[in-house]
Amino acid sequence: MMLHQSNNLSFFTPEDTNSLGAVFFETGISAGFPSPAEDFKEQRLSLDKELIRNKEATFFARVSGQSMIGAGLDDNDLLVIDRSLEPQNNKIAVCFLDGEFTVKRLKVDKDEVWLQPENPNYPIIKITSENNFIIWGIVTNVIKKV
Amino acid sequence: MYALVDCNNFYASCERAFNPNLRNKPMAILSNNDGCVIARSDEAKVIGLPMGAPIFKWDRFCKENGIQVFSSNYPLYGDMSGRVMSILEQFTPDVEVYSIDEAFIQFKGFENYNFNEYGSQIRTRILKWTGIPTCVGMAPTKALSKVANKIARKFPNQTKGVYVIDSEEKRIKALKWIKIKDVWGIGRGLTKRLKAKGCTTALDFVLLPDDWVRKNFSIVEWKLKKDLEGIPTLQLDEVKTKQAIATTRSFEYTFSDIENIKERISTFATSCAEKLRKQGSSCHIIYVVLSSDRHKKELEQHRASKLVSLTYPSDSSLIISQEAVKAVTSIFKAGIKYKRAGVVVMGLVPTTNHQLHLFESENPKHKPLMRAIDGLNAKYADYKIKIGNQDLKRTWKMRQERLSPRYTTNINEIIKVK
Repeated sequence: MMLHQSNNLSFFTPEDTNSLGAVFFETGISAGFPSPAEDFKEQRLSLDKELIRNKEATFFARVSGQSMIGAGLDDNDLLVIDRSLEPQNNKIAVCFLDGEFTVKRLKVDKDEVWLQPENPNYPIIKITSENNFIIWGIVTNVIKKV
Repeated sequence: MYALVDCNNFYASCERAFNPNLRNKPMAILSNNDGCVIARSDEAKVIGLPMGAPIFKWDRFCKENGIQVFSSNYPLYGDMSGRVMSILEQFTPDVEVYSIDEAFIQFKGFENYNFNEYGSQIRTRILKWTGIPTCVGMAPTKALSKVANKIARKFPNQTKGVYVIDSEEKRIKALKWIKIKDVWGIGRGLTKRLKAKGCTTALDFVLLPDDWVRKNFSIVEWKLKKDLEGIPTLQLDEVKTKQAIATTRSFEYTFSDIENIKERISTFATSCAEKLRKQGSSCHIIYVVLSSDRHKKELEQHRASKLVSLTYPSDSSLIISQEAVKAVTSIFKAGIKYKRAGVVVMGLVPTTNHQLHLFESENPKHKPLMRAIDGLNAKYADYKIKIGNQDLKRTWKMRQERLSPRYTTNINEIIKVK
Protein backbone atom coordinates (compact mmCIF):
# COMPACT_ATOMS: atom_id res chain seq x y z
CA MET A 1 0.00 0.00 0.00
CA MET A 2 1.34 3.40 -0.92
CA LEU A 3 1.33 5.91 1.88
CA HIS A 4 2.86 9.11 0.65
CA GLN A 5 4.27 10.44 -2.54
CA SER A 6 6.42 13.44 -3.20
CA ASN A 7 8.20 14.44 -6.39
CA ASN A 8 11.11 12.17 -5.86
CA LEU A 9 10.04 9.60 -3.36
CA SER A 10 7.21 7.14 -2.77
CA PHE A 11 6.73 5.65 0.64
CA PHE A 12 5.23 2.24 1.27
CA THR A 13 4.18 0.75 4.60
CA PRO A 14 5.80 -2.58 5.29
CA GLU A 15 3.68 -5.71 5.27
CA ASP A 16 2.86 -7.13 8.65
CA THR A 17 3.61 -10.83 8.46
CA ASN A 18 3.06 -13.47 11.06
CA SER A 19 6.22 -15.30 10.19
CA LEU A 20 8.65 -15.81 13.02
CA GLY A 21 11.52 -15.16 10.68
CA ALA A 22 14.87 -16.82 10.95
CA VAL A 23 15.75 -18.90 13.99
CA PHE A 24 18.43 -17.43 16.19
CA PHE A 25 20.97 -19.86 17.62
CA GLU A 26 22.06 -18.46 20.90
CA THR A 27 25.26 -20.42 21.05
CA GLY A 28 26.38 -19.08 17.71
CA ILE A 29 27.95 -21.17 15.04
CA SER A 30 31.65 -21.13 15.28
CA ALA A 31 34.10 -22.41 12.75
CA GLY A 32 36.60 -23.35 15.44
CA PHE A 33 36.68 -26.04 18.08
CA PRO A 34 33.27 -26.49 19.81
CA SER A 35 33.15 -25.75 23.53
CA PRO A 36 33.49 -29.07 25.34
CA ALA A 37 31.58 -27.67 28.33
CA GLU A 38 28.45 -26.85 26.32
CA ASP A 39 27.02 -30.38 26.52
CA PHE A 40 27.43 -30.54 30.27
CA LYS A 41 25.67 -27.31 31.18
CA GLU A 42 23.18 -27.85 34.00
CA GLN A 43 20.62 -25.74 35.79
CA ARG A 44 21.90 -23.78 38.79
CA LEU A 45 20.83 -25.07 42.17
CA SER A 46 17.62 -23.54 43.41
CA LEU A 47 16.62 -23.46 47.07
CA ASP A 48 13.03 -22.97 46.00
CA LYS A 49 13.20 -26.30 44.23
CA GLU A 50 14.86 -27.98 47.19
CA LEU A 51 12.57 -26.64 49.87
CA ILE A 52 9.22 -26.24 48.16
CA ARG A 53 7.39 -29.25 46.82
CA ASN A 54 4.03 -27.62 46.29
CA LYS A 55 4.24 -23.89 45.73
CA GLU A 56 0.47 -23.26 45.77
CA ALA A 57 0.22 -24.73 49.26
CA THR A 58 3.48 -23.40 50.71
CA PHE A 59 3.57 -20.58 53.25
CA PHE A 60 6.23 -19.22 55.58
CA ALA A 61 6.16 -18.47 59.28
CA ARG A 62 8.56 -17.08 61.85
CA VAL A 63 9.23 -18.97 65.10
CA SER A 64 8.77 -17.00 68.26
CA GLY A 65 9.90 -18.61 71.52
CA GLN A 66 11.78 -21.64 72.73
CA SER A 67 9.17 -24.40 72.89
CA MET A 68 10.66 -26.43 70.03
CA ILE A 69 14.42 -25.96 70.51
CA GLY A 70 14.84 -29.72 70.93
CA ALA A 71 13.66 -30.19 67.35
CA GLY A 72 16.05 -27.52 66.10
CA LEU A 73 13.45 -24.77 65.86
CA ASP A 74 14.91 -21.69 67.51
CA ASP A 75 13.52 -18.27 68.13
CA ASN A 76 13.38 -16.29 64.85
CA ASP A 77 13.89 -19.29 62.57
CA LEU A 78 11.98 -19.35 59.32
CA LEU A 79 9.59 -22.25 58.79
CA VAL A 80 8.48 -23.66 55.44
CA ILE A 81 4.92 -24.94 55.78
CA ASP A 82 3.11 -27.16 53.33
CA ARG A 83 -0.65 -27.09 53.80
CA SER A 84 -1.26 -29.89 51.32
CA LEU A 85 0.39 -32.56 53.50
CA GLU A 86 -1.80 -34.73 55.70
CA PRO A 87 -1.26 -34.37 59.45
CA GLN A 88 0.34 -37.50 60.88
CA ASN A 89 1.67 -38.73 64.18
CA ASN A 90 5.14 -37.30 64.88
CA LYS A 91 4.97 -34.59 62.24
CA ILE A 92 5.71 -31.04 63.29
CA ALA A 93 2.68 -28.89 62.59
CA VAL A 94 1.67 -25.26 62.74
CA CYS A 95 -1.63 -25.24 64.58
CA PHE A 96 -4.10 -22.60 65.52
CA LEU A 97 -4.99 -23.12 69.17
CA ASP A 98 -7.39 -20.91 71.09
CA GLY A 99 -6.62 -17.74 69.23
CA GLU A 100 -2.89 -18.20 68.56
CA PHE A 101 -0.61 -19.90 66.09
CA THR A 102 1.66 -22.47 67.67
CA VAL A 103 4.22 -24.96 66.35
CA LYS A 104 4.41 -28.37 68.05
CA ARG A 105 4.96 -32.03 67.33
CA LEU A 106 1.70 -33.90 66.73
CA LYS A 107 1.01 -36.95 68.85
CA VAL A 108 -2.00 -38.82 67.58
CA ASP A 109 -3.16 -41.74 69.68
CA LYS A 110 -6.36 -43.51 68.62
CA ASP A 111 -8.80 -40.64 68.94
CA GLU A 112 -6.70 -38.35 71.07
CA VAL A 113 -4.50 -35.52 69.84
CA TRP A 114 -1.61 -34.10 71.86
CA LEU A 115 0.71 -31.23 71.06
CA GLN A 116 4.18 -32.03 72.26
CA PRO A 117 6.76 -29.29 72.76
CA GLU A 118 10.45 -30.16 72.38
CA ASN A 119 11.61 -28.40 75.50
CA PRO A 120 11.26 -29.92 78.98
CA ASN A 121 10.20 -26.56 80.38
CA TYR A 122 6.97 -26.55 78.37
CA PRO A 123 3.93 -28.68 79.13
CA ILE A 124 2.40 -31.17 76.71
CA ILE A 125 -1.04 -30.03 75.60
CA LYS A 126 -4.03 -32.31 75.25
CA ILE A 127 -6.54 -31.16 72.67
CA THR A 128 -10.16 -31.50 73.75
CA SER A 129 -13.43 -30.51 72.19
CA GLU A 130 -13.30 -27.38 74.34
CA ASN A 131 -10.34 -26.10 72.35
CA ASN A 132 -10.62 -23.98 69.26
CA PHE A 133 -8.15 -26.03 67.26
CA ILE A 134 -7.05 -26.17 63.61
CA ILE A 135 -4.07 -27.96 62.12
CA TRP A 136 -3.00 -25.21 59.74
CA GLY A 137 -0.09 -26.87 57.93
CA ILE A 138 2.83 -29.26 58.20
CA VAL A 139 6.36 -27.93 58.70
CA THR A 140 8.72 -29.31 56.07
CA ASN A 141 11.88 -27.27 56.59
CA VAL A 142 13.44 -24.86 58.98
CA ILE A 143 15.80 -22.15 57.78
CA LYS A 144 18.08 -20.48 60.27
CA LYS A 145 20.59 -17.65 60.21
CA VAL A 146 24.00 -18.57 61.53
CA MET B 1 -19.19 -29.35 30.71
CA TYR B 2 -18.37 -25.98 32.31
CA ALA B 3 -17.84 -24.99 35.91
CA LEU B 4 -17.84 -21.67 37.64
CA VAL B 5 -15.60 -21.71 40.69
CA ASP B 6 -16.24 -18.76 42.95
CA CYS B 7 -14.42 -17.95 46.19
CA ASN B 8 -16.78 -17.19 49.06
CA ASN B 9 -16.33 -13.68 50.45
CA PHE B 10 -12.88 -13.72 48.93
CA TYR B 11 -11.25 -10.73 50.64
CA ALA B 12 -12.61 -11.70 54.04
CA SER B 13 -11.53 -15.31 53.45
CA CYS B 14 -7.97 -14.21 52.63
CA GLU B 15 -7.78 -12.34 55.94
CA ARG B 16 -9.27 -15.32 57.79
CA ALA B 17 -6.78 -17.77 56.30
CA PHE B 18 -4.02 -16.04 58.29
CA ASN B 19 -6.13 -14.97 61.22
CA PRO B 20 -8.52 -17.81 62.06
CA ASN B 21 -9.84 -15.74 64.97
CA LEU B 22 -11.90 -13.89 62.36
CA ARG B 23 -13.85 -16.99 61.40
CA ASN B 24 -17.60 -16.54 61.82
CA LYS B 25 -17.05 -12.91 62.77
CA PRO B 26 -18.55 -9.99 60.84
CA MET B 27 -15.91 -8.33 58.64
CA ALA B 28 -15.71 -5.49 56.16
CA ILE B 29 -12.97 -4.52 53.70
CA LEU B 30 -12.50 -0.93 52.56
CA SER B 31 -11.65 0.51 49.16
CA ASN B 32 -8.31 2.13 48.35
CA ASN B 33 -7.77 5.04 50.68
CA ASP B 34 -10.15 3.52 53.24
CA GLY B 35 -13.11 5.24 51.61
CA CYS B 36 -16.02 2.86 51.60
CA VAL B 37 -16.95 -0.77 52.11
CA ILE B 38 -16.14 -2.92 49.08
CA ALA B 39 -16.51 -6.38 50.60
CA ARG B 40 -18.40 -7.87 53.51
CA SER B 41 -18.53 -11.25 55.17
CA ASP B 42 -21.93 -12.93 55.35
CA GLU B 43 -22.09 -12.06 59.05
CA ALA B 44 -21.68 -8.34 58.28
CA LYS B 45 -24.39 -8.54 55.62
CA VAL B 46 -26.80 -10.05 58.15
CA ILE B 47 -26.14 -7.23 60.61
CA GLY B 48 -27.08 -4.79 57.88
CA LEU B 49 -23.84 -3.11 56.81
CA PRO B 50 -24.56 -2.01 53.24
CA MET B 51 -22.21 -2.45 50.29
CA GLY B 52 -20.46 0.81 49.40
CA ALA B 53 -21.08 2.33 52.83
CA PRO B 54 -18.76 5.34 53.34
CA ILE B 55 -16.83 4.26 56.42
CA PHE B 56 -16.77 7.70 58.05
CA LYS B 57 -20.54 7.45 58.32
CA TRP B 58 -20.61 3.81 59.41
CA ASP B 59 -17.62 3.63 61.73
CA ARG B 60 -19.75 3.79 64.86
CA PHE B 61 -22.14 1.20 63.51
CA CYS B 62 -19.20 -1.16 62.91
CA LYS B 63 -17.78 -0.60 66.38
CA GLU B 64 -21.12 -1.10 68.07
CA ASN B 65 -21.77 -4.31 66.17
CA GLY B 66 -18.26 -5.74 66.46
CA ILE B 67 -17.62 -5.61 62.71
CA GLN B 68 -13.88 -5.92 62.07
CA VAL B 69 -12.80 -3.45 59.42
CA PHE B 70 -9.74 -3.84 57.17
CA SER B 71 -8.01 -1.77 54.49
CA SER B 72 -7.79 -3.65 51.21
CA ASN B 73 -4.60 -5.71 51.11
CA TYR B 74 -4.14 -6.28 47.38
CA PRO B 75 -0.69 -7.87 47.64
CA LEU B 76 -2.29 -10.58 49.79
CA TYR B 77 -5.49 -10.97 47.76
CA GLY B 78 -3.56 -11.06 44.49
CA ASP B 79 -1.21 -13.77 45.71
CA MET B 80 -4.03 -15.91 47.11
CA SER B 81 -6.00 -15.49 43.89
CA GLY B 82 -2.97 -16.68 41.91
CA ARG B 83 -2.74 -19.78 44.08
CA VAL B 84 -6.43 -20.61 43.61
CA MET B 85 -6.19 -20.17 39.84
CA SER B 86 -3.13 -22.33 39.50
CA ILE B 87 -4.75 -25.08 41.59
CA LEU B 88 -7.66 -24.97 39.12
CA GLU B 89 -5.21 -25.56 36.28
CA GLN B 90 -4.34 -28.88 37.90
CA PHE B 91 -7.90 -30.05 37.21
CA THR B 92 -8.31 -28.91 33.59
CA PRO B 93 -6.17 -26.99 31.12
CA ASP B 94 -9.07 -24.74 30.15
CA VAL B 95 -9.27 -22.01 32.77
CA GLU B 96 -10.64 -18.54 32.19
CA VAL B 97 -9.85 -16.22 35.06
CA TYR B 98 -13.01 -14.17 35.18
CA SER B 99 -12.15 -11.91 38.09
CA ILE B 100 -9.88 -11.93 41.13
CA ASP B 101 -12.12 -14.47 42.87
CA GLU B 102 -13.87 -16.46 40.16
CA ALA B 103 -12.97 -18.54 37.16
CA PHE B 104 -14.81 -20.43 34.46
CA ILE B 105 -13.29 -23.78 33.68
CA GLN B 106 -14.17 -26.17 30.91
CA PHE B 107 -13.99 -29.96 30.80
CA LYS B 108 -13.37 -31.34 27.34
CA GLY B 109 -13.14 -35.11 27.18
CA PHE B 110 -14.16 -35.63 30.79
CA GLU B 111 -17.42 -37.43 29.85
CA ASN B 112 -16.83 -40.36 32.16
CA TYR B 113 -16.23 -38.25 35.21
CA ASN B 114 -18.55 -38.04 38.14
CA PHE B 115 -18.79 -34.26 38.14
CA ASN B 116 -20.28 -34.00 41.57
CA GLU B 117 -17.28 -35.79 42.98
CA TYR B 118 -14.79 -33.90 40.80
CA GLY B 119 -16.29 -30.58 41.83
CA SER B 120 -16.02 -31.61 45.42
CA GLN B 121 -12.35 -32.53 44.93
CA ILE B 122 -11.68 -29.08 43.47
CA ARG B 123 -13.36 -27.42 46.40
CA THR B 124 -11.59 -29.56 48.99
CA ARG B 125 -8.15 -29.03 47.49
CA ILE B 126 -8.49 -25.25 47.31
CA LEU B 127 -9.76 -25.13 50.87
CA LYS B 128 -7.01 -27.35 52.26
CA TRP B 129 -4.12 -25.80 50.36
CA THR B 130 -5.05 -22.15 50.67
CA GLY B 131 -7.76 -21.95 53.32
CA ILE B 132 -10.14 -20.27 50.87
CA PRO B 133 -13.68 -21.69 50.74
CA THR B 134 -15.29 -21.85 47.31
CA CYS B 135 -18.53 -22.83 45.63
CA VAL B 136 -18.54 -24.84 42.42
CA GLY B 137 -21.41 -24.77 39.94
CA MET B 138 -21.29 -27.16 37.01
CA ALA B 139 -23.46 -27.33 33.91
CA PRO B 140 -23.32 -27.89 30.15
CA THR B 141 -23.04 -24.14 29.45
CA LYS B 142 -21.34 -21.12 30.99
CA ALA B 143 -24.55 -19.26 31.86
CA LEU B 144 -26.02 -22.36 33.49
CA SER B 145 -22.84 -23.00 35.48
CA LYS B 146 -23.24 -19.52 36.89
CA VAL B 147 -26.80 -20.41 37.96
CA ALA B 148 -25.58 -23.72 39.44
CA ASN B 149 -22.97 -21.80 41.41
CA LYS B 150 -25.67 -19.56 42.90
CA ILE B 151 -27.57 -22.65 44.02
CA ALA B 152 -24.45 -24.16 45.61
CA ARG B 153 -23.89 -20.92 47.49
CA LYS B 154 -27.49 -20.45 48.56
CA PHE B 155 -27.93 -23.99 49.93
CA PRO B 156 -24.62 -24.92 51.56
CA ASN B 157 -26.07 -27.69 53.73
CA GLN B 158 -27.74 -29.62 50.92
CA THR B 159 -25.10 -29.03 48.25
CA LYS B 160 -21.88 -28.98 50.32
CA GLY B 161 -20.76 -26.20 48.03
CA VAL B 162 -21.07 -28.11 44.76
CA TYR B 163 -24.08 -28.23 42.45
CA VAL B 164 -24.28 -29.88 39.05
CA ILE B 165 -27.01 -29.22 36.51
CA ASP B 166 -26.86 -32.42 34.51
CA SER B 167 -30.45 -33.16 33.61
CA GLU B 168 -33.32 -31.35 31.92
CA GLU B 169 -35.30 -31.61 35.13
CA LYS B 170 -32.58 -29.88 37.16
CA ARG B 171 -32.18 -27.19 34.51
CA ILE B 172 -35.88 -26.30 34.55
CA LYS B 173 -35.93 -26.33 38.34
CA ALA B 174 -32.90 -24.05 38.50
CA LEU B 175 -34.26 -21.59 35.94
CA LYS B 176 -37.57 -21.48 37.78
CA TRP B 177 -35.72 -20.74 41.01
CA ILE B 178 -33.44 -17.92 39.86
CA LYS B 179 -34.87 -14.43 39.57
CA ILE B 180 -34.30 -12.63 36.31
CA LYS B 181 -32.30 -9.87 37.96
CA ASP B 182 -29.83 -12.42 39.32
CA VAL B 183 -29.09 -13.97 35.94
CA TRP B 184 -25.54 -13.38 34.69
CA GLY B 185 -25.42 -10.46 32.26
CA ILE B 186 -28.95 -9.19 32.87
CA GLY B 187 -28.55 -5.64 34.10
CA ARG B 188 -31.00 -3.34 35.78
CA GLY B 189 -32.33 -1.84 32.54
CA LEU B 190 -32.93 -5.24 31.03
CA THR B 191 -34.63 -6.52 34.17
CA LYS B 192 -37.09 -3.66 33.90
CA ARG B 193 -37.86 -4.38 30.27
CA LEU B 194 -38.24 -8.08 30.90
CA LYS B 195 -40.44 -7.55 33.92
CA ALA B 196 -42.73 -5.41 31.78
CA LYS B 197 -43.04 -8.44 29.52
CA GLY B 198 -43.96 -10.59 32.51
CA CYS B 199 -40.58 -12.22 33.04
CA THR B 200 -39.70 -12.65 36.69
CA THR B 201 -37.57 -15.79 36.50
CA ALA B 202 -34.92 -17.07 34.11
CA LEU B 203 -37.41 -19.67 32.95
CA ASP B 204 -39.83 -16.95 31.84
CA PHE B 205 -37.00 -15.41 29.83
CA VAL B 206 -36.08 -18.69 28.17
CA LEU B 207 -39.73 -19.32 27.26
CA LEU B 208 -40.01 -16.03 25.36
CA PRO B 209 -40.37 -16.60 21.62
CA ASP B 210 -37.00 -16.70 19.85
CA ASP B 211 -38.12 -14.22 17.21
CA TRP B 212 -39.20 -11.68 19.74
CA VAL B 213 -35.91 -11.82 21.65
CA ARG B 214 -33.95 -11.54 18.42
CA LYS B 215 -35.93 -8.51 17.35
CA ASN B 216 -35.99 -6.70 20.65
CA PHE B 217 -32.62 -7.47 22.18
CA SER B 218 -29.01 -7.54 21.16
CA ILE B 219 -26.98 -10.56 20.16
CA VAL B 220 -25.65 -10.78 23.71
CA GLU B 221 -29.07 -11.55 25.18
CA TRP B 222 -29.79 -13.93 22.34
CA LYS B 223 -26.66 -15.87 23.13
CA LEU B 224 -27.48 -15.81 26.81
CA LYS B 225 -30.93 -17.26 26.10
CA LYS B 226 -29.42 -20.11 24.09
CA ASP B 227 -26.89 -20.75 26.84
CA LEU B 228 -29.67 -20.95 29.43
CA GLU B 229 -31.52 -23.36 27.16
CA GLY B 230 -28.52 -25.64 27.53
CA ILE B 231 -27.03 -24.96 24.10
CA PRO B 232 -23.40 -23.87 24.59
CA THR B 233 -23.10 -20.52 22.87
CA LEU B 234 -20.77 -18.58 25.12
CA GLN B 235 -17.23 -19.89 24.90
CA LEU B 236 -14.36 -19.60 27.31
CA ASP B 237 -12.75 -16.27 26.76
CA GLU B 238 -9.70 -17.02 24.73
CA VAL B 239 -8.10 -13.69 25.44
CA LYS B 240 -6.09 -14.35 28.54
CA THR B 241 -4.83 -10.84 28.98
CA LYS B 242 -6.77 -7.87 30.22
CA GLN B 243 -8.52 -5.55 27.82
CA ALA B 244 -7.95 -2.39 29.81
CA ILE B 245 -5.81 -1.36 32.74
CA ALA B 246 -6.83 1.47 35.00
CA THR B 247 -5.15 3.37 37.80
CA THR B 248 -7.45 5.89 39.41
CA ARG B 249 -7.26 7.40 42.85
CA SER B 250 -8.81 9.98 45.10
CA PHE B 251 -6.25 12.39 46.45
CA GLU B 252 -5.73 12.89 50.14
CA TYR B 253 -6.14 16.63 49.62
CA THR B 254 -7.63 18.61 46.81
CA PHE B 255 -5.25 20.10 44.25
CA SER B 256 -5.80 23.31 42.32
CA ASP B 257 -2.36 23.57 40.78
CA ILE B 258 -1.36 21.92 37.56
CA GLU B 259 2.07 20.80 38.83
CA ASN B 260 0.70 18.48 41.48
CA ILE B 261 -1.87 17.05 39.11
CA LYS B 262 0.73 16.47 36.42
CA GLU B 263 2.82 14.59 38.96
CA ARG B 264 -0.09 12.37 40.01
CA ILE B 265 -1.08 11.63 36.42
CA SER B 266 2.48 10.78 35.54
CA THR B 267 2.65 8.38 38.46
CA PHE B 268 -0.61 6.68 37.48
CA ALA B 269 0.51 6.46 33.86
CA THR B 270 3.81 4.89 34.93
CA SER B 271 1.92 2.35 36.97
CA CYS B 272 -0.29 1.48 33.98
CA ALA B 273 2.76 1.14 31.75
CA GLU B 274 4.37 -1.19 34.26
CA LYS B 275 1.29 -3.39 34.33
CA LEU B 276 1.26 -3.41 30.53
CA ARG B 277 4.86 -4.59 30.40
CA LYS B 278 4.10 -7.24 32.99
CA GLN B 279 1.40 -8.84 30.87
CA GLY B 280 3.31 -8.28 27.62
CA SER B 281 0.84 -5.77 26.17
CA SER B 282 1.10 -2.35 24.58
CA CYS B 283 -1.71 0.16 24.42
CA HIS B 284 -3.17 2.19 21.61
CA ILE B 285 -5.35 4.43 23.72
CA ILE B 286 -4.76 6.48 26.82
CA TYR B 287 -7.75 7.84 28.69
CA VAL B 288 -7.28 10.48 31.35
CA VAL B 289 -9.94 11.60 33.84
CA LEU B 290 -9.89 14.51 36.23
CA SER B 291 -12.65 15.49 38.60
CA SER B 292 -13.51 17.69 41.54
CA ASP B 293 -15.07 16.44 44.76
CA ARG B 294 -18.67 15.72 43.89
CA HIS B 295 -19.59 15.40 47.56
CA LYS B 296 -18.70 19.04 48.13
CA LYS B 297 -21.64 20.56 46.32
CA GLU B 298 -20.82 24.06 47.50
CA LEU B 299 -17.64 24.10 45.42
CA GLU B 300 -17.50 24.64 41.70
CA GLN B 301 -17.65 21.27 40.01
CA HIS B 302 -15.59 20.18 37.03
CA ARG B 303 -15.21 16.77 35.55
CA ALA B 304 -13.36 16.25 32.33
CA SER B 305 -11.72 13.47 30.45
CA LYS B 306 -9.63 13.08 27.37
CA LEU B 307 -8.86 10.16 25.19
CA VAL B 308 -5.56 10.09 23.35
CA SER B 309 -4.86 7.68 20.53
CA LEU B 310 -1.27 6.78 19.87
CA THR B 311 -0.14 6.31 16.31
CA TYR B 312 1.65 3.17 17.39
CA PRO B 313 1.11 0.97 20.43
CA SER B 314 3.42 1.60 23.34
CA ASP B 315 4.36 0.11 26.69
CA SER B 316 6.94 2.76 27.49
CA SER B 317 6.48 4.66 30.73
CA LEU B 318 8.01 7.70 29.04
CA ILE B 319 5.57 7.80 26.14
CA ILE B 320 2.46 6.95 28.14
CA SER B 321 3.34 9.39 30.88
CA GLN B 322 4.14 12.16 28.40
CA GLU B 323 0.86 11.72 26.52
CA ALA B 324 -1.18 11.44 29.70
CA VAL B 325 0.36 14.63 31.08
CA LYS B 326 -0.34 16.45 27.80
CA ALA B 327 -3.93 15.26 27.94
CA VAL B 328 -4.49 16.32 31.53
CA THR B 329 -2.98 19.74 30.85
CA SER B 330 -5.49 20.26 28.08
CA ILE B 331 -8.51 19.52 30.29
CA PHE B 332 -7.26 21.24 33.44
CA LYS B 333 -9.30 24.27 34.50
CA ALA B 334 -7.82 26.84 36.84
CA GLY B 335 -9.62 27.56 40.10
CA ILE B 336 -11.11 24.10 40.53
CA LYS B 337 -10.31 21.99 43.58
CA TYR B 338 -9.58 18.58 42.07
CA LYS B 339 -10.07 15.49 44.19
CA ARG B 340 -9.75 12.57 41.83
CA ALA B 341 -7.79 11.57 38.76
CA GLY B 342 -7.13 8.48 36.75
CA VAL B 343 -5.37 6.98 33.78
CA VAL B 344 -6.83 4.09 31.80
CA VAL B 345 -4.96 2.37 29.00
CA MET B 346 -7.01 0.54 26.39
CA GLY B 347 -6.81 -0.93 22.94
CA LEU B 348 -4.23 -3.43 24.08
CA VAL B 349 -2.18 -5.54 21.71
CA PRO B 350 0.52 -8.08 22.38
CA THR B 351 3.82 -6.21 22.41
CA THR B 352 5.43 -8.65 19.97
CA ASN B 353 3.03 -7.67 17.18
CA HIS B 354 4.35 -4.16 16.91
CA GLN B 355 3.91 -2.79 13.46
CA LEU B 356 6.63 -0.41 12.56
CA HIS B 357 5.67 2.97 11.33
CA LEU B 358 7.99 4.87 9.07
CA PHE B 359 7.39 8.39 10.32
CA GLU B 360 6.82 7.97 13.99
CA SER B 361 8.44 5.28 15.93
CA GLU B 362 9.34 4.73 19.50
CA ASN B 363 12.91 5.38 20.28
CA PRO B 364 14.40 1.87 20.32
CA LYS B 365 16.34 2.81 23.42
CA HIS B 366 13.11 2.80 25.45
CA LYS B 367 12.92 -0.95 25.51
CA PRO B 368 16.18 -1.70 27.33
CA LEU B 369 15.64 1.38 29.48
CA MET B 370 12.25 0.11 30.64
CA ARG B 371 13.68 -3.31 31.30
CA ALA B 372 16.38 -1.76 33.45
CA ILE B 373 13.91 0.42 35.36
CA ASP B 374 11.55 -2.50 36.00
CA GLY B 375 14.46 -4.63 37.15
CA LEU B 376 15.77 -2.03 39.56
CA ASN B 377 12.36 -1.22 40.96
CA ALA B 378 11.65 -4.89 41.54
CA LYS B 379 14.99 -5.34 43.27
CA TYR B 380 14.93 -2.35 45.53
CA ALA B 381 11.15 -2.04 45.94
CA ASP B 382 9.65 1.31 46.85
CA TYR B 383 10.25 2.77 43.39
CA LYS B 384 13.79 4.06 43.45
CA ILE B 385 13.74 5.04 39.79
CA LYS B 386 11.18 7.49 38.61
CA ILE B 387 10.76 9.77 35.69
CA GLY B 388 11.50 13.42 36.17
CA ASN B 389 7.96 14.65 36.49
CA GLN B 390 7.23 12.25 39.31
CA ASP B 391 7.90 13.61 42.76
CA LEU B 392 10.92 11.73 44.07
CA LYS B 393 9.97 11.81 47.71
CA ARG B 394 6.43 10.88 47.04
CA THR B 395 5.19 7.34 46.84
CA TRP B 396 1.67 6.03 47.11
CA LYS B 397 0.18 8.04 49.86
CA MET B 398 -2.75 5.76 50.22
CA ARG B 399 -4.59 5.93 53.44
CA GLN B 400 -4.45 2.39 54.77
CA GLU B 401 -4.96 2.63 58.46
CA ARG B 402 -6.32 -0.84 58.98
CA LEU B 403 -4.05 -2.84 56.73
CA SER B 404 -3.36 -6.46 57.60
CA PRO B 405 0.16 -7.87 57.05
CA ARG B 406 1.29 -8.99 53.60
CA TYR B 407 1.52 -12.57 54.87
CA THR B 408 2.57 -14.11 51.56
CA THR B 409 4.63 -11.48 49.81
CA ASN B 410 6.79 -9.82 52.45
CA ILE B 411 9.18 -11.85 54.58
CA ASN B 412 8.92 -9.36 57.45
CA GLU B 413 5.15 -9.72 57.64
CA ILE B 414 4.68 -13.51 57.69
CA ILE B 415 2.74 -15.18 60.50
CA LYS B 416 4.43 -15.74 63.87
CA VAL B 417 4.16 -19.10 65.62
CA LYS B 418 4.89 -19.74 69.25
